[in-house]
Amino acid sequence: MMKERLLLKSETVPVIPNHVRFEFNEVRKEWVLLAPERALYPDKIAIEVLKKCDGKISIQLIGEDLAKKYKAPVEKIIEDIINMLQDLADKGFLKEC
Amino acid sequence: MLKKLKAPLAILAELSHRCPLSCAYCSNPVELVEKNKELDTDDWLRVIDEAADLGIHQIHFSGGEPTARKDLEQMVEHAHKRKLYTNLITSAVLLSRERLEKLKKLGLEHVQVSFQDSEKENANRIGNFKGGHEKKLEVAKWVRELGMPLTINAVMHRQNLHHLEDMIKMSVDLDADRLEVANVQYYGWALKNRAAFMPTKDQLESSMEIVEKARKDLKGILVIDYVLPDYYAKRPKSCMGGWGRQFLNISPEGKVLPCHAAETIKSFNFDNVKDKSLAWIWENSEPFNKFRGTDWMPSPCKTCDRREIDWGGCRCQALALTGDIGAVDPTCEFSPLHEKIFGSATEESSSEAPEFIYRLLSNKEVEPVKK
Repeated sequence: MMKERLLLKSETVPVIPNHVRFEFNEVRKEWVLLAPERALYPDKIAIEVLKKCDGKISIQLIGEDLAKKYKAPVEKIIEDIINMLQDLADKGFLKEC
Repeated sequence: MLKKLKAPLAILAELSHRCPLSCAYCSNPVELVEKNKELDTDDWLRVIDEAADLGIHQIHFSGGEPTARKDLEQMVEHAHKRKLYTNLITSAVLLSRERLEKLKKLGLEHVQVSFQDSEKENANRIGNFKGGHEKKLEVAKWVRELGMPLTINAVMHRQNLHHLEDMIKMSVDLDADRLEVANVQYYGWALKNRAAFMPTKDQLESSMEIVEKARKDLKGILVIDYVLPDYYAKRPKSCMGGWGRQFLNISPEGKVLPCHAAETIKSFNFDNVKDKSLAWIWENSEPFNKFRGTDWMPSPCKTCDRREIDWGGCRCQALALTGDIGAVDPTCEFSPLHEKIFGSATEESSSEAPEFIYRLLSNKEVEPVKK
């Protein structure tokens, strides 16, 4: 059976799959998302979001955490997170737990 | 630690030029490195250490056929220990399931399998290897069964572009994550066979439509990479993300090159990992510094607003097609030779395709087709 596109919603629990590594490169002193034949450098906010993509909490909870921290409206934050993570999911760099 | 430059992102380790296939579009040099001149295991393990110490993220094990080396396991294991992201770029025909499983256990993270066509007969004719296509399908399935991500590398040209839709379907059926539609590049051996492979303009236009549609239909299911072939482009591609900017390539005998075709530039002496460290070579090697950045550029590149996008295109191509390594890449419409070369592509592709000159040892002395 053909796999289906993962469409992220606020209740989705996102996780970085085994074949993708999100890590801090000690030599370069920067965070990087390593995927097959790709290296992506997430910005400051994306780093915070990706650190929370541990397969334990939903996008809703990630958004609420960040909304508190940055004193920003939670709906807007969740929308931004979904947009960012959907792009990664479409490339196969993120999946649902 | 580097003093002046950012470290490269990835390293292409060409473990061996040996290969069981004899594709007529092989982009490896006409003069291959013989087995007894290949770097030994210890050299490669040291190179992996040097790469990790530089902060390099990824290592692509390639060739020729990297699985022709019996010590591939040691290299994968070591690279994984040093936290390099490991990728195997293979024709797959030499792999057993046991070996693939072992490589995975030792830390192999991704496999790229090349396909010559989606149709068995034509695929095996192009690669000149009986049973090759069937074996590749089998290996691709093993890759997914073992839980590794899979990229299909489909080398496309006038003799298989009509199967592009089938190739996409085949990739989906194999549960691949990514399909690289790689139009033949005319470096090394491939230049001898340019007329046999050059697609027609119609073929290219329809292939772009097919890719665009598939990208929409298969969003989130299959990522499709597609690069327009140089001969039909208006602007050059940013070869290797710019000369000496992000990548380095190590030949089977240890020469450090800015790209895998760079040995066609006979005027350069490339440094060898047996003599110098990777860090030293990256910063000081003369060939790397020669075309790094934008200072070397001819006009009109120097003032072009795309100079830091395409980085002057491909030096090997400039040399091969104009005779001058410092010339504007003739792919660019601002090159005075652009029309002439574009014209040759149209002409070649509209005449009947000649027979292949296969990459066999007996064909070693054959001269490139003069056009």
